[in-house]
Amino acid sequence: MAATGIPLSEAAKGSFLQISGMSVQGVMRRRLLDLGFVPGNTVEVVRRSPLGDPTAFRISNTTIALRREESSLIYGEPIGGETE
Amino acid sequence: MKAYTVAFAGNPNTGKSTLFNLLTGMRQHTGNWAGKTVITAEGTFTHNGREYRAVDLPGTYSLYSNSADEEAARDYIIFEKPDVTLVVLDATSLERNLNLALQVLEITGRAVICINLIDEARRLGIDINLKAISERLGVPVIAISARNRTGIKELLDQVERVADGTFAVEPLRIQYSEEIERGIAELLPLVEQAVGGDYPARWIALRLLDGDESLLASLRKASLGIRVSFPKEVSGHGATACH
Repeated sequence: MAATGIPLSEAAKGSFLQISGMSVQGVMRRRLLDLGFVPGNTVEVVRRSPLGDPTAFRISNTTIALRREESSLIYGEPIGGETE
Repeated sequence: MKAYTVAFAGNPNTGKSTLFNLLTGMRQHTGNWAGKTVITAEGTFTHNGREYRAVDLPGTYSLYSNSADEEAARDYIIFEKPDVTLVVLDATSLERNLNLALQVLEITGRAVICINLIDEARRLGIDINLKAISERLGVPVIAISARNRTGIKELLDQVERVADGTFAVEPLRIQYSEEIERGIAELLPLVEQAVGGDYPARWIALRLLDGDESLLASLRKASLGIRVSFPKEVSGHGATACH
């Protein structure tokens, strides 16, 4: 299930990524899709909590916080070539 | 004359509770805080001389539950079988919001789609083709602004038509891949045998294919005659209900 791109958990704050894939299965996968984490969609890394987890993502006009547990399994291609 | 029950479903922050309060005249806190106990508000309103019982479900992005609110909303629609499920959508973010509408339509066709914040969308230059959406979904689609109280009468007219059966709903049935459809076809007779005609068999078959444990737990409870849907709290003036 290796998707291209980097895990959202590794993306720098303020960066934008285009979602390329997800290696989550079952009900959680469906839920993430429902929240807007759909391949092709653009996600912005809005902010990280002081301890680094969870991270707030802006997707489909809504801010959603995900824990590393999930965000490390969602992959995206950085947009604009910004990587840290 | 029996009062019709209308369940209000929708994503968080779509103005669902604003509409609910407008119709029922109840004051309610409309914040959405994760971790709050799931409670729902109930009220009544009348339209064309008929009484309606309005039930405000927790705001959810999905009915594929993973949290208490989503389970509560889903279980209410399946087990309490409201006469009409009013799906409130945010006109400025239809792509995300229509997802929930599709999920509701998989469970019940007795639905009305209410596109709220239409004034906000117009201000942003968003033009929504209500007729096209209604034709695709097979249920009435009405644009309103709960804040400015526009479109409310038209909305209630459509709710009435779905409730009394004047509007023959033909909800969109999503066709899945051949493999999934084959699975559904295999499971359907078994599901129908197990749950009878009371519940949306196709939808339950889909959930079984998903391996949705929480739905199974709810069904098991229902089959034992245990009330599945969450306890209701009727909130009066000044009471708060957060979800």
